[in-house]
Amino acid sequence: MAGMELLSDQGFRMDGRKSNELRRIRFKKGVFNQADGSAYLEQGNTKVLAAVYGPHEIRGSKSKALHDRVLINCQYSMATFSTQDRKRRPRGDRKSQEMTSHLKQTFDAVVLTELYPKTQLDIYVEVLQSDGGNYCASVNAATLALMDAGIPMKDYVIACAGSFTRETPIIDINHLEESSGGAEVIMAILPRCDQIVFLEMNSRLHEDHLSAVMDHVMAGCKDIFNVLNQQVREELVRRTVQDSLVDSG
Amino acid sequence: MADVNLSEAEKTFILHSVQDNFRDDGRSCEDFRHMEIETGLISNTNGSARVRLASTDVLVGVKVQLSPVDPENPEVGRMEFFLDCSANATPEFEGRGGEELASEITALLTRAYGCPSTMDYPSLCVLPGQQCWLLYVDILLLECGGNLFDAMSLAVKAALFNTKVPNVTMTKDEGGIELDVSDDPYDFKRLDVTGAPLVVTVNKIGHFHVVDASEKEEACSLARIMLGVTQTGTITAMKKEGSGSLDADSISDMMESAKKVGVLLNKSLLKALGEEEEQGTEAVGFLR
Repeated sequence: MAGMELLSDQGFRMDGRKSNELRRIRFKKGVFNQADGSAYLEQGNTKVLAAVYGPHEIRGSKSKALHDRVLINCQYSMATFSTQDRKRRPRGDRKSQEMTSHLKQTFDAVVLTELYPKTQLDIYVEVLQSDGGNYCASVNAATLALMDAGIPMKDYVIACAGSFTRETPIIDINHLEESSGGAEVIMAILPRCDQIVFLEMNSRLHEDHLSAVMDHVMAGCKDIFNVLNQQVREELVRRTVQDSLVDSG
Repeated sequence: MADVNLSEAEKTFILHSVQDNFRDDGRSCEDFRHMEIETGLISNTNGSARVRLASTDVLVGVKVQLSPVDPENPEVGRMEFFLDCSANATPEFEGRGGEELASEITALLTRAYGCPSTMDYPSLCVLPGQQCWLLYVDILLLECGGNLFDAMSLAVKAALFNTKVPNVTMTKDEGGIELDVSDDPYDFKRLDVTGAPLVVTVNKIGHFHVVDASEKEEACSLARIMLGVTQTGTITAMKKEGSGSLDADSISDMMESAKKVGVLLNKSLLKALGEEEEQGTEAVGFLR
């Protein structure tokens, strides 16, 4: 198995990262004009677009409306060309439906839903290129899109995935590491309140290692949070300065 | 498509602006809006392109795959179009909402590219009678800002220009011929897109017609024709759409306009793509 080790003796992963190193994150908020909020996010080779519409009147049957909070409606879809082998359908398969319900659950926990009773909030996520960590990139992009739309939230919600190989937890795993058969722990957290809103584990992992992996993934989430938060704030400052220049003539 | 509600006065304003050949955004009747084209953004594909025409945003990925030949045309390659209207564009497309529009557009593109002279289809046949390349042209509509047909055909042509088809070596075995697809990323051939058509939509507004209508202008137009036009001015497909009717004379006028615009558009697209390739800068995609 030489050359195919997820973690080399020197502690490097297949793509040259250290065990606790993230992939490069780049993003842009407000890529579209028509949506109320939108964001594009790249985590390594995983590229995701998210759009937010609402809160608006309930579309379709009014019986879906919730009298005390906003109805969060998600749709996760993957471009047919996003994966290595072409996908036949962009959505509607079991995996996308599962992802859709995961997203809904995640954002139900973080949006201040009680502020907009009897309305609907649409979150649409489109994966343009997939290289592992699709759920994580989707959550992070959707957070930014919600922020762009000005939807009140308790906190950022940040997701990160991790695995365990050669007695070492690794974080922000790519497709190769995801499909190598090892355990996969996916978490979405509120980084400033240290709350976990989503947790999933695939495959098996020894109980003794679970807390170590969770700690690393949590630290990874916080690293992602710092990257996103820094750029969001810088942009905000730049915009405020620009606006004040415009105002002062 | 996002709803555009225009009052009678606004409609009259647009009608008059078209009459005076000075549209509400300053263009003349045969001008296109500003557009941005970029190729090679998605590394999982053999070719990709993104076109942003005003606020219409289209992403196209081309994937090639070896497949059995079509028994009716055993000596040529195949091309299949698929359009996904993403809910990102408008909530109406959620679930199966965009399928009707999608089938309409893919049908026109299939017809426009169905003409044998548009692409070098025989060169896409690897083993006549047995194996050929199947080009999956997958279009993703990300935002609607009017003139979807034209924007998509531009993106499709740009993506085909960018497509790299791996070379195949054939070895004769006792059991038959074995195909070996090269996995070297630099061992490929490009497609010849000089004959590929672009769709030009001509909207009839009042007694005049415009190309590249904005959403507002589309709301004022009762009838439009779409034409597949190649660089030499050949028309490879035609379709009339909309609730209004057209007389034969105006159709031939519209065809003339479409031909003129189509030839120019084809030329400038190929020129822009050539320039982009020469510069060889890294794709920035949506980060710009």
